[in-house]
Amino acid sequence: MPTSKSDPAARPYDLAIVGAGPAGLAAAVTAAGLGLRCALLDAAERPGGQYYRHPAPGLGAARPDRLHHHWPAFAALLRRLDAHTRAGRVDHLSGHHVWTAEPGETWRLRAVVGPGGPSSTGSAGRAAVVEARAVLLATGAYERQLPFPGWTLPGVVTAGGAQAMLKSGLVLPGRRIVVAGSGPLLLAAAASLAAAGARVPAVVEAGDYLGYARTPAALAALARNPGKLGEGARHAVLLLRHRVRLRPRSAVVEAHGEDRVTAVTVARLDADWRPVPGTGRRIACDALAVGHGLLPQIELATELGAATRTGPDGAVALAVDERLRTNLPGLWAAGETCGVGGADLALVEGEIAAREIAGRPVPAALRSLRRRRRAFAHLLAAAHRPGPGWTDWLTPETDVCRCEEVPAARIREAVDELGAGDARTVKLLTRAGMGWCQGRMCGPAVACLAGGGPPRPDSRPLACPVPLAHLADAADESPGGSG
Amino acid sequence: MTAHRTPARLVDARPGPGHTIEFDGRPVPVLPGQTIAAALWANGILAWRRTRVGGRPRGAFCGIGVCYDCLATVDGRPNLRTCLLPAEPGTVVTTQEGHGRADLEV
Repeated sequence: MPTSKSDPAARPYDLAIVGAGPAGLAAAVTAAGLGLRCALLDAAERPGGQYYRHPAPGLGAARPDRLHHHWPAFAALLRRLDAHTRAGRVDHLSGHHVWTAEPGETWRLRAVVGPGGPSSTGSAGRAAVVEARAVLLATGAYERQLPFPGWTLPGVVTAGGAQAMLKSGLVLPGRRIVVAGSGPLLLAAAASLAAAGARVPAVVEAGDYLGYARTPAALAALARNPGKLGEGARHAVLLLRHRVRLRPRSAVVEAHGEDRVTAVTVARLDADWRPVPGTGRRIACDALAVGHGLLPQIELATELGAATRTGPDGAVALAVDERLRTNLPGLWAAGETCGVGGADLALVEGEIAAREIAGRPVPAALRSLRRRRRAFAHLLAAAHRPGPGWTDWLTPETDVCRCEEVPAARIREAVDELGAGDARTVKLLTRAGMGWCQGRMCGPAVACLAGGGPPRPDSRPLACPVPLAHLADAADESPGGSG
Repeated sequence: MTAHRTPARLVDARPGPGHTIEFDGRPVPVLPGQTIAAALWANGILAWRRTRVGGRPRGAFCGIGVCYDCLATVDGRPNLRTCLLPAEPGTVVTTQEGHGRADLEV
Protein backbone atom coordinates (compact mmCIF):
# COMPACT_ATOMS: atom_id res chain seq x y z
CA MET A 1 0.00 0.00 0.00
CA PRO A 2 1.20 3.50 -0.69
CA THR A 3 2.48 5.57 2.14
CA SER A 4 0.03 8.27 3.02
CA LYS A 5 -0.62 10.53 5.96
CA SER A 6 -2.98 7.91 7.32
CA ASP A 7 -0.22 5.32 7.19
CA PRO A 8 2.95 7.00 8.52
CA ALA A 9 4.55 3.76 9.62
CA ALA A 10 4.77 2.22 6.14
CA ARG A 11 8.39 1.71 5.20
CA PRO A 12 9.80 3.43 2.12
CA TYR A 13 9.92 1.52 -1.16
CA ASP A 14 13.30 0.57 -2.58
CA LEU A 15 12.28 2.26 -5.84
CA ALA A 16 9.47 4.52 -6.97
CA ILE A 17 8.94 4.69 -10.73
CA VAL A 18 6.96 7.60 -12.17
CA GLY A 19 5.26 6.59 -15.41
CA ALA A 20 3.99 3.19 -16.56
CA GLY A 21 4.87 3.46 -20.24
CA PRO A 22 7.50 1.28 -21.93
CA ALA A 23 10.43 2.56 -19.82
CA GLY A 24 8.57 2.47 -16.51
CA LEU A 25 7.08 -0.98 -17.10
CA ALA A 26 10.40 -2.48 -18.16
CA ALA A 27 12.04 -0.95 -15.10
CA ALA A 28 9.33 -2.15 -12.71
CA VAL A 29 9.36 -5.80 -13.80
CA THR A 30 13.17 -5.89 -13.98
CA ALA A 31 13.67 -4.26 -10.57
CA ALA A 32 11.02 -6.44 -8.94
CA GLY A 33 12.63 -9.51 -10.47
CA LEU A 34 15.91 -8.46 -8.87
CA GLY A 35 14.28 -8.25 -5.46
CA LEU A 36 13.46 -4.54 -5.15
CA ARG A 37 10.14 -3.47 -3.66
CA CYS A 38 8.68 -1.02 -6.16
CA ALA A 39 5.93 1.56 -6.44
CA LEU A 40 4.82 2.21 -10.01
CA LEU A 41 2.96 5.51 -10.10
CA ASP A 42 0.99 6.43 -13.19
CA ALA A 43 -1.68 9.00 -14.01
CA ALA A 44 -3.66 6.66 -16.24
CA GLU A 45 -6.11 4.00 -15.21
CA ARG A 46 -4.34 1.25 -17.16
CA PRO A 47 -0.60 0.73 -17.69
CA GLY A 48 1.06 1.28 -21.09
CA GLY A 49 1.70 5.01 -21.27
CA GLN A 50 0.92 6.72 -24.55
CA TYR A 51 2.67 4.21 -26.79
CA TYR A 52 0.83 1.17 -25.45
CA ARG A 53 -2.47 2.93 -24.93
CA HIS A 54 -5.20 0.41 -25.58
CA PRO A 55 -8.99 0.14 -25.50
CA ALA A 56 -10.77 0.02 -22.15
CA PRO A 57 -11.78 -3.56 -21.25
CA GLY A 58 -15.47 -2.68 -21.68
CA LEU A 59 -14.87 -2.07 -25.39
CA GLY A 60 -14.18 -5.78 -25.82
CA ALA A 61 -11.34 -5.43 -28.33
CA ALA A 62 -10.28 -8.93 -29.38
CA ARG A 63 -7.38 -7.62 -31.50
CA PRO A 64 -5.82 -4.58 -29.77
CA ASP A 65 -2.54 -5.59 -31.43
CA ARG A 66 -3.80 -4.17 -34.73
CA LEU A 67 -3.26 -0.65 -33.42
CA HIS A 68 0.29 -1.42 -32.26
CA HIS A 69 3.73 -2.57 -33.16
CA HIS A 70 5.30 -4.98 -30.68
CA TRP A 71 2.05 -5.80 -28.89
CA PRO A 72 3.44 -9.19 -27.76
CA ALA A 73 6.25 -7.37 -25.94
CA PHE A 74 3.66 -5.31 -24.06
CA ALA A 75 1.53 -8.36 -23.30
CA ALA A 76 4.61 -10.07 -21.84
CA LEU A 77 5.39 -7.02 -19.68
CA LEU A 78 1.81 -6.98 -18.38
CA ARG A 79 2.00 -10.67 -17.45
CA ARG A 80 5.22 -10.06 -15.52
CA LEU A 81 3.79 -6.94 -13.86
CA ASP A 82 0.73 -8.91 -12.84
CA ALA A 83 2.84 -11.66 -11.28
CA HIS A 84 4.98 -9.16 -9.35
CA THR A 85 1.90 -7.25 -8.21
CA ARG A 86 0.24 -10.39 -6.88
CA ALA A 87 3.45 -11.34 -5.10
CA GLY A 88 3.51 -7.92 -3.40
CA ARG A 89 6.77 -6.84 -5.05
CA VAL A 90 5.15 -4.04 -7.09
CA ASP A 91 2.36 -1.68 -6.06
CA HIS A 92 0.88 -0.31 -9.27
CA LEU A 93 -0.61 3.03 -8.19
CA SER A 94 -2.87 4.04 -11.06
CA GLY A 95 -4.67 7.38 -11.28
CA HIS A 96 -1.76 9.02 -9.45
CA HIS A 97 -0.85 12.44 -10.86
CA VAL A 98 2.56 13.17 -9.33
CA TRP A 99 2.97 16.89 -8.86
CA THR A 100 6.26 17.17 -6.98
CA ALA A 101 9.28 15.18 -5.92
CA GLU A 102 11.12 16.03 -2.70
CA PRO A 103 14.72 14.83 -2.65
CA GLY A 104 16.52 13.37 0.34
CA GLU A 105 17.99 10.18 1.76
CA THR A 106 14.39 9.03 1.35
CA TRP A 107 12.62 10.65 -1.59
CA ARG A 108 9.04 11.75 -1.23
CA LEU A 109 6.60 11.90 -4.17
CA ARG A 110 3.30 13.71 -3.83
CA ALA A 111 0.33 12.87 -6.02
CA VAL A 112 -3.28 13.79 -6.54
CA VAL A 113 -5.35 10.64 -6.97
CA GLY A 114 -8.32 10.41 -9.34
CA PRO A 115 -8.95 9.77 -13.03
CA GLY A 116 -8.94 13.42 -14.08
CA GLY A 117 -6.70 14.72 -11.34
CA PRO A 118 -8.08 17.23 -8.87
CA SER A 119 -11.81 17.67 -8.30
CA SER A 120 -12.69 14.76 -10.58
CA THR A 121 -14.16 12.64 -7.84
CA GLY A 122 -16.59 15.04 -6.29
CA SER A 123 -14.00 15.93 -3.68
CA ALA A 124 -10.73 17.69 -4.34
CA GLY A 125 -9.06 14.37 -5.13
CA ARG A 126 -7.21 12.29 -2.55
CA ALA A 127 -3.65 13.20 -1.59
CA ALA A 128 -1.04 10.45 -1.70
CA VAL A 129 2.56 10.50 -0.52
CA VAL A 130 4.97 7.79 -1.63
CA GLU A 131 8.42 7.43 -0.08
CA ALA A 132 11.30 5.60 -1.72
CA ARG A 133 15.06 5.32 -1.52
CA ALA A 134 15.44 5.83 -5.29
CA VAL A 135 13.25 7.42 -7.94
CA LEU A 136 13.16 6.64 -11.65
CA LEU A 137 11.56 9.26 -13.88
CA ALA A 138 9.87 7.57 -16.83
CA THR A 139 7.35 10.32 -17.50
CA GLY A 140 7.60 10.17 -21.28
CA ALA A 141 6.88 13.06 -23.60
CA TYR A 142 4.20 15.19 -25.17
CA GLU A 143 3.97 16.65 -28.65
CA ARG A 144 5.70 19.78 -29.87
CA GLN A 145 3.39 22.23 -31.61
CA LEU A 146 4.11 25.17 -33.89
CA PRO A 147 1.17 27.56 -34.32
CA PHE A 148 -0.38 28.52 -37.65
CA PRO A 149 -3.53 30.45 -38.59
CA GLY A 150 -6.59 28.38 -37.71
CA TRP A 151 -4.82 25.91 -35.42
CA THR A 152 -7.29 26.59 -32.59
CA LEU A 153 -10.31 25.46 -34.66
CA PRO A 154 -12.18 22.39 -33.39
CA GLY A 155 -11.14 19.43 -35.51
CA VAL A 156 -7.50 20.48 -35.44
CA VAL A 157 -5.91 17.98 -33.04
CA THR A 158 -2.40 16.80 -32.27
CA ALA A 159 -1.16 13.80 -34.25
CA GLY A 160 -0.45 11.98 -31.00
CA GLY A 161 -3.85 13.01 -29.67
CA ALA A 162 -5.62 11.53 -32.68
CA GLN A 163 -3.71 8.30 -32.05
CA ALA A 164 -4.39 8.37 -28.32
CA MET A 165 -8.13 8.85 -28.75
CA LEU A 166 -8.20 6.10 -31.37
CA LYS A 167 -6.15 3.63 -29.31
CA SER A 168 -8.11 4.06 -26.08
CA GLY A 169 -11.59 5.15 -27.18
CA LEU A 170 -11.84 3.74 -30.73
CA VAL A 171 -12.89 7.15 -32.07
CA LEU A 172 -11.80 9.48 -34.87
CA PRO A 173 -12.05 13.29 -34.97
CA GLY A 174 -13.39 13.22 -38.52
CA ARG A 175 -13.71 11.14 -41.66
CA ARG A 176 -11.23 12.97 -43.89
CA ILE A 177 -8.12 13.73 -41.88
CA VAL A 178 -5.01 15.54 -43.13
CA VAL A 179 -1.86 14.61 -41.16
CA ALA A 180 0.84 17.29 -40.97
CA GLY A 181 3.92 18.56 -39.17
CA SER A 182 7.24 16.79 -38.93
CA GLY A 183 8.70 13.55 -37.62
CA PRO A 184 8.22 9.80 -37.77
CA LEU A 185 5.07 9.89 -35.60
CA LEU A 186 3.17 11.34 -38.57
CA LEU A 187 3.59 8.15 -40.59
CA ALA A 188 2.47 6.00 -37.68
CA ALA A 189 -0.52 8.24 -37.01
CA ALA A 190 -1.56 8.35 -40.67
CA ALA A 191 -1.24 4.57 -40.98
CA SER A 192 -3.43 3.89 -37.95
CA LEU A 193 -6.02 6.53 -38.89
CA ALA A 194 -6.28 5.04 -42.39
CA ALA A 195 -6.49 1.49 -41.04
CA ALA A 196 -9.34 2.63 -38.76
CA GLY A 197 -11.35 3.92 -41.71
CA ALA A 198 -10.37 7.56 -42.08
CA ARG A 199 -9.60 8.91 -45.50
CA VAL A 200 -6.16 10.55 -45.26
CA PRO A 201 -5.73 12.82 -48.30
CA ALA A 202 -2.13 13.70 -47.45
CA VAL A 203 0.71 13.40 -44.98
CA VAL A 204 2.40 16.80 -45.05
CA GLU A 205 6.00 16.61 -43.77
CA ALA A 206 7.99 19.80 -43.32
CA GLY A 207 11.34 18.05 -43.33
CA ASP A 208 13.10 16.30 -46.14
CA TYR A 209 12.96 12.53 -45.81
CA LEU A 210 16.10 12.15 -47.88
CA GLY A 211 17.83 14.10 -45.15
CA TYR A 212 18.18 10.80 -43.26
CA ALA A 213 20.65 9.51 -45.77
CA ARG A 214 22.84 12.46 -46.61
CA THR A 215 25.89 11.79 -44.45
CA PRO A 216 28.05 8.68 -43.92
CA ALA A 217 27.29 8.81 -40.17
CA ALA A 218 23.56 8.86 -40.85
CA LEU A 219 23.82 5.96 -43.26
CA ALA A 220 25.79 4.01 -40.67
CA ALA A 221 23.16 4.69 -37.99
CA LEU A 222 20.45 3.51 -40.36
CA ALA A 223 22.38 0.37 -41.22
CA ARG A 224 22.77 -0.48 -37.51
CA ASN A 225 19.02 -0.14 -36.92
CA PRO A 226 17.43 -2.35 -39.59
CA GLY A 227 14.32 -2.79 -37.43
CA LYS A 228 13.57 0.91 -37.73
CA LEU A 229 13.85 0.71 -41.51
CA GLY A 230 11.41 -2.18 -41.50
CA GLU A 231 8.98 -0.21 -39.36
CA GLY A 232 9.15 2.72 -41.79
CA ALA A 233 8.64 0.39 -44.72
CA ARG A 234 5.55 -1.15 -43.09
CA HIS A 235 4.01 2.30 -42.65
CA ALA A 236 4.89 3.20 -46.25
CA VAL A 237 3.22 0.07 -47.62
CA LEU A 238 0.07 0.75 -45.61
CA LEU A 239 -0.04 4.37 -46.74
CA LEU A 240 0.38 3.28 -50.37
CA ARG A 241 -2.43 0.77 -49.98
CA HIS A 242 -4.73 3.49 -48.65
CA ARG A 243 -3.59 5.90 -51.37
CA VAL A 244 -2.21 8.41 -48.88
CA ARG A 245 -0.03 10.98 -50.58
CA LEU A 246 3.22 11.94 -48.86
CA ARG A 247 4.14 15.58 -49.37
CA PRO A 248 7.66 16.29 -48.09
CA ARG A 249 9.14 19.80 -47.66
CA SER A 250 5.58 21.14 -47.19
CA ALA A 251 3.43 22.46 -44.36
CA VAL A 252 -0.15 23.28 -43.49
CA VAL A 253 0.10 27.07 -43.38
CA GLU A 254 -3.57 27.67 -42.61
CA ALA A 255 -6.63 25.79 -41.39
CA HIS A 256 -9.94 27.14 -42.66
CA GLY A 257 -13.38 27.05 -41.10
CA GLU A 258 -15.76 28.96 -38.90
CA ASP A 259 -16.65 26.73 -35.97
CA ARG A 260 -14.65 23.71 -37.12
CA VAL A 261 -12.00 22.95 -39.70
CA THR A 262 -13.30 22.44 -43.25
CA ALA A 263 -10.08 22.71 -45.29
CA VAL A 264 -6.35 23.41 -45.01
CA THR A 265 -3.88 25.23 -47.22
CA VAL A 266 -0.67 23.31 -47.87
CA ALA A 267 2.39 25.16 -49.19
CA ARG A 268 5.85 24.05 -50.27
CA LEU A 269 8.70 25.09 -47.97
CA ASP A 270 12.24 26.21 -48.69
CA ALA A 271 15.17 24.69 -46.76
CA ASP A 272 14.47 27.04 -43.82
CA TRP A 273 10.77 26.06 -43.73
CA ARG A 274 9.67 29.37 -45.26
CA PRO A 275 6.54 28.92 -47.42
CA VAL A 276 7.35 29.32 -51.11
CA PRO A 277 5.01 32.01 -52.52
CA GLY A 278 2.46 30.77 -55.02
CA THR A 279 2.63 27.11 -53.96
CA GLY A 280 -0.46 27.06 -51.70
CA ARG A 281 -2.98 24.29 -52.44
CA ARG A 282 -6.27 23.85 -50.63
CA ILE A 283 -7.27 20.40 -49.36
CA ALA A 284 -10.79 19.78 -48.06
CA CYS A 285 -10.94 17.90 -44.75
CA ASP A 286 -12.99 17.69 -41.58
CA ALA A 287 -10.01 17.15 -39.28
CA LEU A 288 -6.28 17.87 -39.15
CA ALA A 289 -3.80 15.90 -37.03
CA VAL A 290 -0.65 17.95 -36.53
CA GLY A 291 2.61 17.78 -34.58
CA HIS A 292 6.34 18.40 -34.73
CA GLY A 293 7.88 15.53 -32.83
CA LEU A 294 7.96 15.08 -29.08
CA LEU A 295 9.31 16.97 -26.08
CA PRO A 296 10.52 15.19 -22.94
CA GLN A 297 8.27 15.75 -19.92
CA ILE A 298 10.83 16.44 -17.22
CA GLU A 299 9.56 19.21 -14.94
CA LEU A 300 9.61 17.00 -11.83
CA ALA A 301 13.41 16.87 -12.24
CA THR A 302 14.19 20.32 -13.65
CA GLU A 303 12.37 21.93 -10.71
CA LEU A 304 15.02 20.31 -8.52
CA GLY A 305 17.85 21.66 -10.64
CA ALA A 306 18.58 18.47 -12.56
CA ALA A 307 21.09 18.97 -15.37
CA THR A 308 19.71 18.95 -18.91
CA ARG A 309 21.03 18.69 -22.44
CA THR A 310 19.60 20.04 -25.67
CA GLY A 311 19.12 17.55 -28.50
CA PRO A 312 19.76 18.19 -32.19
CA ASP A 313 16.10 19.15 -32.65
CA GLY A 314 16.28 21.76 -29.89
CA ALA A 315 14.34 19.65 -27.36
CA VAL A 316 15.56 19.81 -23.76
CA ALA A 317 16.09 16.41 -22.11
CA LEU A 318 17.58 15.23 -18.82
CA ALA A 319 21.33 14.70 -18.87
CA VAL A 320 22.16 11.19 -17.65
CA ASP A 321 25.36 9.18 -17.48
CA GLU A 322 25.98 5.71 -18.89
CA ARG A 323 24.19 4.30 -15.82
CA LEU A 324 21.12 6.54 -16.45
CA ARG A 325 21.74 8.58 -13.30
CA THR A 326 20.81 12.26 -13.29
CA ASN A 327 23.13 14.62 -11.43
CA LEU A 328 20.84 14.41 -8.37
CA PRO A 329 21.67 11.56 -5.96
CA GLY A 330 18.95 8.91 -6.03
CA LEU A 331 17.23 10.23 -9.16
CA TRP A 332 17.40 8.19 -12.35
CA ALA A 333 15.76 8.64 -15.74
CA ALA A 334 14.90 6.34 -18.65
CA GLY A 335 13.21 6.56 -22.02
CA GLU A 336 11.94 9.80 -23.53
CA THR A 337 12.95 11.83 -20.45
CA CYS A 338 16.58 11.36 -21.53
CA GLY A 339 15.81 12.45 -25.10
CA VAL A 340 13.04 11.21 -27.36
CA GLY A 341 13.96 7.92 -29.00
CA GLY A 342 10.89 5.72 -29.17
CA ALA A 343 9.50 2.72 -27.35
CA ASP A 344 12.27 0.22 -28.23
CA LEU A 345 14.88 2.48 -26.67
CA ALA A 346 12.64 3.14 -23.66
CA LEU A 347 12.28 -0.60 -22.99
CA VAL A 348 16.06 -1.03 -23.08
CA GLU A 349 16.73 1.98 -20.84
CA GLY A 350 14.07 0.95 -18.33
CA GLU A 351 15.79 -2.40 -17.97
CA ILE A 352 19.27 -0.88 -17.73
CA ALA A 353 18.16 1.64 -15.10
CA ALA A 354 16.52 -1.07 -12.98
CA ARG A 355 19.66 -3.23 -13.08
CA GLU A 356 21.84 -0.26 -12.13
CA ILE A 357 19.55 0.75 -9.26
CA ALA A 358 19.59 -2.84 -8.01
CA GLY A 359 23.40 -2.81 -8.21
CA ARG A 360 23.50 -5.66 -10.72
CA PRO A 361 25.68 -5.95 -13.81
CA VAL A 362 24.28 -4.78 -17.13
CA PRO A 363 24.89 -7.11 -20.09
CA ALA A 364 27.16 -5.53 -22.70
CA ALA A 365 24.61 -6.36 -25.40
CA LEU A 366 22.02 -4.24 -23.64
CA ARG A 367 24.42 -1.30 -23.46
CA SER A 368 25.33 -1.50 -27.13
CA LEU A 369 21.65 -1.77 -28.08
CA ARG A 370 21.05 1.43 -26.14
CA ARG A 371 23.94 3.18 -27.90
CA ARG A 372 22.69 2.09 -31.33
CA ARG A 373 19.16 3.25 -30.66
CA ARG A 374 20.34 6.56 -29.19
CA ALA A 375 22.39 7.15 -32.34
CA PHE A 376 19.33 6.53 -34.47
CA ALA A 377 17.21 8.86 -32.32
CA HIS A 378 19.88 11.53 -32.74
CA LEU A 379 19.70 11.13 -36.52
CA LEU A 380 15.91 11.48 -36.58
CA ALA A 381 15.93 14.49 -34.28
CA ALA A 382 18.44 16.28 -36.49
CA ALA A 383 16.40 15.55 -39.62
CA HIS A 384 13.21 17.00 -38.13
CA ARG A 385 14.59 20.05 -36.36
CA PRO A 386 12.13 22.90 -37.03
CA GLY A 387 13.50 25.38 -39.56
CA PRO A 388 13.65 29.04 -38.46
CA GLY A 389 11.33 30.13 -41.29
CA TRP A 390 8.22 28.51 -39.76
CA THR A 391 7.34 31.86 -38.14
CA ASP A 392 6.43 33.12 -41.64
CA TRP A 393 3.22 31.03 -41.30
CA LEU A 394 1.95 33.37 -38.60
CA THR A 395 -0.38 36.27 -39.24
CA PRO A 396 -0.55 39.06 -36.62
CA GLU A 397 -3.91 37.65 -35.43
CA THR A 398 -2.75 34.03 -35.06
CA ASP A 399 -3.09 32.91 -31.44
CA VAL A 400 0.31 31.61 -30.39
CA CYS A 401 -0.75 30.82 -26.82
CA ARG A 402 -3.96 28.78 -26.95
CA CYS A 403 -4.82 29.04 -23.25
CA GLU A 404 -4.47 32.80 -22.85
CA GLU A 405 -5.37 33.62 -26.47
CA VAL A 406 -2.26 35.71 -27.08
CA PRO A 407 -1.82 36.60 -30.77
CA ALA A 408 1.52 36.74 -32.56
CA ALA A 409 1.27 40.52 -32.89
CA ARG A 410 1.32 40.97 -29.12
CA ILE A 411 4.32 38.69 -28.72
CA ARG A 412 6.20 40.49 -31.48
CA GLU A 413 5.35 43.81 -29.83
CA ALA A 414 6.82 42.54 -26.55
CA VAL A 415 10.00 41.51 -28.35
CA ASP A 416 10.41 44.35 -30.85
CA GLU A 417 9.10 47.31 -28.87
CA LEU A 418 9.26 46.37 -25.19
CA GLY A 419 12.66 44.69 -25.34
CA ALA A 420 11.69 41.17 -24.21
CA GLY A 421 14.61 38.89 -25.08
CA ASP A 422 13.42 35.54 -23.77
CA ALA A 423 10.27 33.49 -23.27
CA ARG A 424 10.04 34.34 -19.58
CA THR A 425 9.93 38.08 -20.20
CA VAL A 426 7.43 37.59 -23.02
CA LYS A 427 5.26 35.66 -20.56
CA LEU A 428 5.39 38.46 -18.00
CA LEU A 429 4.43 41.05 -20.62
CA THR A 430 1.79 39.11 -22.59
CA ARG A 431 0.63 36.15 -20.43
CA ALA A 432 1.75 33.73 -23.20
CA GLY A 433 2.60 30.50 -21.38
CA MET A 434 0.79 31.52 -18.20
CA GLY A 435 -2.36 29.50 -18.83
CA TRP A 436 -3.69 26.08 -17.87
CA CYS A 437 -1.14 24.09 -19.88
CA GLN A 438 1.78 25.97 -18.28
CA GLY A 439 3.33 26.71 -21.65
CA ARG A 440 3.50 23.13 -22.87
CA MET A 441 1.68 23.97 -26.10
CA CYS A 442 3.15 27.41 -26.90
CA GLY A 443 6.56 27.15 -25.20
CA PRO A 444 8.71 26.27 -28.23
CA ALA A 445 6.97 28.87 -30.39
CA VAL A 446 7.27 31.65 -27.82
CA ALA A 447 10.92 30.83 -27.20
CA CYS A 448 11.57 30.98 -30.92
CA LEU A 449 9.75 34.30 -31.37
CA ALA A 450 11.61 35.72 -28.36
CA GLY A 451 14.92 34.75 -29.94
CA GLY A 452 16.47 34.13 -26.55
CA GLY A 453 19.18 31.75 -27.71
CA PRO A 454 19.16 28.05 -26.84
CA PRO A 455 15.99 26.80 -25.11
CA ARG A 456 16.00 26.61 -21.33
CA PRO A 457 14.20 23.90 -19.41
CA ASP A 458 10.65 24.85 -18.53
CA SER A 459 9.95 25.78 -14.95
CA ARG A 460 6.77 24.26 -13.52
CA PRO A 461 6.78 24.08 -9.73
CA LEU A 462 3.58 22.02 -9.85
CA ALA A 463 3.48 19.39 -12.59
CA CYS A 464 -0.33 19.31 -12.63
CA PRO A 465 -3.26 21.09 -10.92
CA VAL A 466 -3.17 20.59 -7.16
CA PRO A 467 -5.90 21.39 -4.64
CA LEU A 468 -4.84 24.12 -2.22
CA ALA A 469 -5.55 21.80 0.71
CA HIS A 470 -2.85 19.40 -0.58
CA LEU A 471 -0.35 22.25 -0.77
CA ALA A 472 -1.18 23.32 2.76
CA ASP A 473 -0.77 19.75 4.07
CA ALA A 474 2.54 19.37 2.26
CA ALA A 475 3.85 22.60 3.78
CA ASP A 476 2.85 21.42 7.26
CA GLU A 477 4.72 18.12 6.88
CA SER A 478 7.91 19.45 5.36
CA PRO A 479 10.99 19.81 7.52
CA GLY A 480 10.82 23.26 9.03
CA GLY A 481 7.06 23.31 8.55
CA SER A 482 4.71 23.69 11.47
CA GLY A 483 3.54 20.06 11.35
CA MET B 1 -13.09 0.88 -49.28
CA THR B 2 -13.00 3.27 -46.36
CA ALA B 3 -16.73 3.00 -45.73
CA HIS B 4 -16.30 -0.54 -44.39
CA ARG B 5 -13.43 0.19 -42.04
CA THR B 6 -14.09 1.49 -38.54
CA PRO B 7 -11.94 1.65 -35.40
CA ALA B 8 -14.16 -0.99 -33.78
CA ARG B 9 -13.81 -3.37 -36.75
CA LEU B 10 -10.05 -2.81 -36.86
CA VAL B 11 -9.58 -4.23 -33.36
CA ASP B 12 -12.52 -6.64 -33.63
CA ALA B 13 -14.35 -4.95 -30.76
CA ARG B 14 -17.44 -6.45 -29.17
CA PRO B 15 -18.37 -3.76 -26.66
CA GLY B 16 -20.40 -4.53 -23.57
CA PRO B 17 -23.75 -2.81 -23.03
CA GLY B 18 -23.50 0.94 -23.61
CA HIS B 19 -25.02 3.76 -21.61
CA THR B 20 -25.89 7.43 -21.99
CA ILE B 21 -24.51 10.77 -20.84
CA GLU B 22 -26.13 14.14 -21.25
CA PHE B 23 -24.50 16.91 -23.28
CA ASP B 24 -26.15 20.35 -23.22
CA GLY B 25 -29.50 18.74 -22.49
CA ARG B 26 -29.41 15.99 -25.10
CA PRO B 27 -28.59 12.31 -24.64
CA VAL B 28 -25.26 11.05 -26.05
CA PRO B 29 -24.67 7.30 -26.35
CA VAL B 30 -21.44 5.99 -24.84
CA LEU B 31 -19.56 2.71 -25.20
CA PRO B 32 -18.27 1.26 -21.94
CA GLY B 33 -14.88 2.63 -20.92
CA GLN B 34 -14.87 5.65 -23.20
CA THR B 35 -13.82 9.03 -21.84
CA ILE B 36 -16.21 11.96 -22.10
CA ALA B 37 -14.16 13.42 -24.96
CA ALA B 38 -14.19 10.11 -26.86
CA ALA B 39 -17.95 9.80 -26.46
CA LEU B 40 -18.46 13.33 -27.80
CA TRP B 41 -16.14 12.68 -30.79
CA ALA B 42 -17.98 9.45 -31.54
CA ASN B 43 -21.15 11.51 -31.85
CA GLY B 44 -19.62 14.13 -34.14
CA ILE B 45 -19.23 16.76 -31.39
CA LEU B 46 -15.85 18.52 -31.54
CA ALA B 47 -16.37 21.56 -29.29
CA TRP B 48 -17.61 21.83 -25.69
CA ARG B 49 -16.05 25.03 -24.38
CA ARG B 50 -16.07 28.72 -25.30
CA THR B 51 -12.84 30.58 -24.58
CA ARG B 52 -12.54 33.31 -21.97
CA VAL B 53 -11.21 36.06 -24.24
CA GLY B 54 -12.62 35.52 -27.71
CA GLY B 55 -15.57 33.25 -26.96
CA ARG B 56 -14.21 30.75 -29.49
CA PRO B 57 -15.20 27.06 -29.57
CA ARG B 58 -12.70 24.48 -28.32
CA GLY B 59 -12.66 20.75 -27.72
CA ALA B 60 -10.01 18.05 -27.41
CA PHE B 61 -6.60 18.91 -28.84
CA CYS B 62 -3.82 16.80 -27.27
CA GLY B 63 -5.99 13.91 -26.07
CA ILE B 64 -3.56 13.06 -23.24
CA GLY B 65 -4.27 15.61 -20.52
CA VAL B 66 -1.49 18.14 -21.09
CA CYS B 67 -3.14 20.92 -23.16
CA TYR B 68 -6.29 21.70 -21.10
CA ASP B 69 -8.25 22.61 -24.22
CA CYS B 70 -10.88 19.94 -23.54
CA LEU B 71 -12.08 21.46 -20.26
CA ALA B 72 -15.82 21.37 -19.68
CA THR B 73 -18.30 21.60 -16.86
CA VAL B 74 -19.08 18.07 -15.68
CA ASP B 75 -21.86 17.41 -13.17
CA GLY B 76 -21.74 21.10 -12.31
CA ARG B 77 -17.96 21.24 -11.71
CA PRO B 78 -16.11 23.46 -14.20
CA ASN B 79 -12.63 23.11 -15.71
CA LEU B 80 -12.41 19.32 -15.86
CA ARG B 81 -10.30 17.55 -18.47
CA THR B 82 -12.79 15.48 -20.45
CA CYS B 83 -10.05 13.55 -22.27
CA LEU B 84 -9.09 11.95 -18.94
CA LEU B 85 -12.49 11.52 -17.31
CA PRO B 86 -14.41 8.32 -17.91
CA ALA B 87 -17.99 8.93 -19.05
CA GLU B 88 -20.12 7.41 -16.28
CA PRO B 89 -23.78 6.57 -16.85
CA GLY B 90 -25.81 9.74 -16.38
CA THR B 91 -22.82 12.12 -16.38
CA VAL B 92 -24.04 15.62 -17.25
CA VAL B 93 -21.69 17.64 -19.47
CA THR B 94 -22.34 21.28 -20.29
CA THR B 95 -20.48 23.53 -22.69
CA GLN B 96 -18.28 25.67 -20.48
CA GLU B 97 -18.46 29.42 -20.96
CA GLY B 98 -15.06 31.04 -20.33
CA HIS B 99 -13.60 30.16 -16.94
CA GLY B 100 -16.80 28.37 -16.01
CA ARG B 101 -17.21 30.27 -12.75
CA ALA B 102 -19.88 32.77 -13.64
CA ASP B 103 -21.32 31.93 -10.22
CA LEU B 104 -18.40 33.70 -8.57
CA GLU B 105 -18.90 36.83 -10.67
CA VAL B 106 -15.12 37.23 -11.08
